[in-house]
Amino acid sequence: MSDAKPVSESEGLPVGNEFPISMRGPASVDIKVSFGFWLFLLSDIIVFAGLFAAYAVLVNRTAGGPDGKDLFDKTHVFIETACLLFSSFTCGMMSLASEGQKRGETYLWSLATFALGVGFVGLEVSEFLGMIDKGTGPDRSAFLSAFFALVGMHGVHVTSGLVWFVSMMGQVTVFGFKPPVMRRLRCFSLFWHALDIVWVGIFTIVYLGAR
Amino acid sequence: MLGRLNWSAIPFDQPIPLAAFGMIIVIGVAVLALITVKGWWPYLWREWITSVDHKRIGVMYVLLAFVMLLRGFVDAAMMRSQLALAANGAQGYLPPEHYDQIFSTHGTIMIFFVAMTFMVGLMNFAVPLQLGVRDVAFPVLNSVSFWLTAAGALLINISLGVGEFARTGWLAYPPLSELAYSPGVGVDYYLWSLQISGVGTLLSGINLTTTILKMRAPGMGYMRMPIFCWTALASNLLIIAAFPILTATFAMLLLDRTLGFHFFTNAAGGNAMMYINLIWAWGHPEVYILILPAFGVFSEVISTFTGKAIFSYRSMVIATMAICVLSFMVWLHHFFTMGAGADVNGFFGIMTMIIAVPTGVKVFNWLFTLFRGRLRFESPAYWALGFMVTFTIGGMTGVLLAIPPADFVLHNSLFLVAHFHNVIIGGVLFGGFAGYTFWFPKAFGFRLDERLGKAIFWCWFVGFYLAFMPLYVLGLMGATRRMQHYDEPGWQPLMIIALIGAIIILAGIVLTIVQLVVSIRTREQRRDTTGDPWDGRTLEWSVPSPPPPWNFAVQPIVDGLDAWWAKKHQTGKAYASDYPVAIPVPKNSSVGFFLAFFAVILGFSLIWHIWWLAGIGFLAFAAIGIAQSWIDSEEDDVPSEAIIAYDRAHGRGEAQA
Repeated sequence: MSDAKPVSESEGLPVGNEFPISMRGPASVDIKVSFGFWLFLLSDIIVFAGLFAAYAVLVNRTAGGPDGKDLFDKTHVFIETACLLFSSFTCGMMSLASEGQKRGETYLWSLATFALGVGFVGLEVSEFLGMIDKGTGPDRSAFLSAFFALVGMHGVHVTSGLVWFVSMMGQVTVFGFKPPVMRRLRCFSLFWHALDIVWVGIFTIVYLGAR
Repeated sequence: MLGRLNWSAIPFDQPIPLAAFGMIIVIGVAVLALITVKGWWPYLWREWITSVDHKRIGVMYVLLAFVMLLRGFVDAAMMRSQLALAANGAQGYLPPEHYDQIFSTHGTIMIFFVAMTFMVGLMNFAVPLQLGVRDVAFPVLNSVSFWLTAAGALLINISLGVGEFARTGWLAYPPLSELAYSPGVGVDYYLWSLQISGVGTLLSGINLTTTILKMRAPGMGYMRMPIFCWTALASNLLIIAAFPILTATFAMLLLDRTLGFHFFTNAAGGNAMMYINLIWAWGHPEVYILILPAFGVFSEVISTFTGKAIFSYRSMVIATMAICVLSFMVWLHHFFTMGAGADVNGFFGIMTMIIAVPTGVKVFNWLFTLFRGRLRFESPAYWALGFMVTFTIGGMTGVLLAIPPADFVLHNSLFLVAHFHNVIIGGVLFGGFAGYTFWFPKAFGFRLDERLGKAIFWCWFVGFYLAFMPLYVLGLMGATRRMQHYDEPGWQPLMIIALIGAIIILAGIVLTIVQLVVSIRTREQRRDTTGDPWDGRTLEWSVPSPPPPWNFAVQPIVDGLDAWWAKKHQTGKAYASDYPVAIPVPKNSSVGFFLAFFAVILGFSLIWHIWWLAGIGFLAFAAIGIAQSWIDSEEDDVPSEAIIAYDRAHGRGEAQA
């Protein structure tokens, strides 16, 4: 579906600023895609809300096993958080570079974003494996089930974001900064920043909340 | 190699599912053979399977809903006949394990694949036309949504012959649905088929919301949208807000069942009541997702057939959006007996009664629209009138159940079963049939047979009352839901009346098929040459029937409510015919079909724990998704000659300039 035919004045159409936006006819592709992606992100955040709710209900149901205070390594999580927050910064720089159609800078910042993202996932996987090794995997208690599902869900999102990111850099290489590529890049950065916001929630409620 | 799958999965010892599955296979093979012999594959592939036209996709949704209605009704008929027989120590003909699967399948199919699919189909078909635009916001995504829904439907039907279905009821409450008590594949079939179709529904909700909020004809401000678009907006906002909760909840139960997590288990600190809360935090908005589009259909039908604008449009919009918000604040009334305490129960009881207020506003608006109107008694109007009576009764029994002390008596009784069938059949299904009859001439260019249409209505109407009014009485007499037999002889006569009601509904279903066949065979006499067979009010009636792939040759301009009605009666002419040079129409896409294909493989292998196949299915699914993200949405330009030719062939064009 493309943009609507620009409406001409001769037809007595609502053109110009005297008409409210709601009456000016179908929006452009750029607006439709961004808006649709926002809706998707909101729905995704509700998935996380469900998992947060489950965590809040189950956080004390440790079934005689360890609780968060025993398990979480604050330094480890701090480095992890720093990786993700910095990757959001580099992702923002990547967006600026791509809006300015600067290919070299875009690659540079995207490389940084990718590396920080991989670092985050690597740290998370090592945390998970360490916990499972100690016999405190998700099957140990309801608390650990909720922990692994919530944090793991975020990790799965970051991982699929990384795959998407590689695909996007391929598109930048092949197609350049064409409008569809730019639209997708904007969606990607929305996605990446949204995952940051979710992580801030996880860091606060799960890790800082374990006292 | 094949995980849990082996020959014992085929129910050789159970003749009923085996025969039913055999019949599905035979019919399926016969249909495929017919298509192959007649050489219809290229046509089907080109015009339907890969179509991204919202009208075609809407029609396919409704067709899927009808097919699944047959399946769901067979389950209903088996339950009714079982209960008419199994009294006084008799066990009937369905053993408990099988009976439990039947009521679970019936509920799951009727809600997710009949009611839901029917409403999404009607919205897909009518909303872009009513908004005066050429397609939905994301046409390819729309096709993906449909095919994922179809994939879920296919998985549920596979469970009939390969393995089993859940015996847990349509919401699969733990701990019964946990591995410890349901070790088979039944619950896994339930979960994976609904996860897959749920993703389809969510994507469709995003698509239609974007369409309504960002794509309206020039001049169509929010307060000029047809009521059906408003109710569709409310319904799709609810889909975006509620379906992720369902996805998260099912994901937790799947983790419990597949990887040994402890969200809802009895052991290791799990909390089963959390599932009940989460599932109803989706489930109550879900019933409004179903009923709101039906309210919209009735609004259109009533105002069209009385020839009047809807009474108090503004209050109708406010009531719709009030229901949209309030629907998230009542979920606990589904389990007053949980023991949350008198204050919590009191709050949710009062909220439930409050949500009846905007619904009442709507009923009065419809009544006042009828008041001093000249109602034309055609079959869509029959459905609307039947709905107003039936739904009001169902609403009142709902308010009765909203009183926590009364609910403690009636919880899990047949009274409850009668209540929700009263609102879902009397509301959603009647709305579906009204919309089907109303928009059929628009979709296909000819009308359905009117006499048969009225007969179908009377069968459903009378059949509904005979089948469900006895259930209210039985509920008050203490009969519970989900019982396979009973020892109380006094219940049997009422059960037999209910069976008679089901048989009358069966006649209505058979007549629906007859009506379709008769109408298709006599279509030449039923042609709708005007594009406006009912003297309609909204923009879908301003285009030829069936509408061309580009919907509107000339972009309509809206300067008020009921845009088409105003134009028609002011000037007696269609819109000016300054045709555009070319209209871009999105190209076909097979991505939805292939994604759904691999979704079925993925779902099936996860149900049976065939991990290598699940890996292949997942990789193929992901690869198609990534490949699709490289493709620009392609469009074909339809030149103005083709547009003018289409309009001339449908009796319009320059003559109306």
